Amino acid sequence: MDSIKLHYDISATDFTRAGAASGDVKRTLKALGVSPATIRNVAVAMYEGEINMVIHGGGGVIDVEITEDAIRMVLADQGPGIENVELAMKEGYSTAPDNIRALGFGAGMGLPNIKKYTDEFQLDTALGVGTTLTLKVFMK
Amino acid sequence: MKVKDIIDILNAEIICRDDLLDTEVQTACGSDMMSDVLAFVKEQGVLLTGLVNPQVVRTAEMMDMHCIVFVRGKRPSIDIIHLAEDRDMVMLATKMEMFTSCGRLYDAGLRGGIEK
Ligand SMILES: Nc1ncnc2c1ncn2[C@@H]1O[C@H](COP(=O)(O)OP(=O)(O)OP(=O)(O)O)[C@@H](O)[C@H]1O
Ligand SMILES: [Mg+2]
Repeated sequence: MDSIKLHYDISATDFTRAGAASGDVKRTLKALGVSPATIRNVAVAMYEGEINMVIHGGGGVIDVEITEDAIRMVLADQGPGIENVELAMKEGYSTAPDNIRALGFGAGMGLPNIKKYTDEFQLDTALGVGTTLTLKVFMK
Repeated sequence: MKVKDIIDILNAEIICRDDLLDTEVQTACGSDMMSDVLAFVKEQGVLLTGLVNPQVVRTAEMMDMHCIVFVRGKRPSIDIIHLAEDRDMVMLATKMEMFTSCGRLYDAGLRGGIEK
C-alpha cells in the first residue's frame, strides 16, 4: 500500500464541527480494511486531540499519514500553549471553563487518554506559540 | 436484547433509523460527560445521555456505539438527527430520567460491560 496523506483545517469558531476530521479518518481507515482495534485507537486519540485544538488551542491543522504498518497524526495549533505539561497529563486536570463542561468536555481525561490509545506520543508546547501533538498507532 | 426492546422498556420514541431496530446490544453506558465516555467506556452498544449536541453522535461514532437514548425528554435538533442517520445510529428519546432509564435497562439484562 502506498502511503495516504490526509490534511484537515480545524476551525475553533464552530464547535458543532469539532470531531468531523476524526470521523473522516475513521471512515477512511474502515474503507481501507484496517482492523477495528487499530481504528478505535486512532479514532479516540485523534478525536480527543481535535477537541482539544478546538476548545483550548484556537483551531489549527491536522495531518494524517497512513502507511502499511502505522498511522501517524500531527495535530498543530498556534494557541496559548500548555503552561505545565506534567499537570496537563494528569487525569482529572482541566482548565476548561463551565461553558465547555456544559458541552460534555473538560473532565481532564483527554491527554492521558490519547497517551493510552497511542503507541508513540509526543507533546511539544510553548507558551504563546502553540501546541503540537505527534502521535503514532501501529497497525494491529 | 435488541434495540427495539429499549423502546418498550423506556417508553421511548424513535427519532431516527427505525430500519436498524433489530441490532443486538448487550451493554450500555449513561453519561452527560463525553470525556468520560471516551476515557472509561470499552465496548458499549448504547449511550444514554441528557446532553444534546453533535459531539454526542461523534463520541458514539468513535466508540462504535449503535444507539443513543436521550433521557429527561431531551430532543436533538435536525442537524444532529441527520448526522446520526448518516452514521447508522438509532436515536431514541425517553421522558424518564437517567437513573430510572439505566435501572430499567439493567433490570432487563443490559450490563455496563468491561471497563478499560
Ligand atoms: N491544544 C491545547 N492548547 C492549549 N492547552 C491545552 C491543549 N490541549 C490541552 N491543553 C491543556 O491541558 C489540559 C488537559 O487537557 P485534557 O485534554 O487532558 O483535558 P480537558 O481537555 O480539559 O478535558 P477532556 O479532555 O476530559 O474533555 C486542558 O484543560 C488545557 O489546560
Ligand atoms: Mg481534552
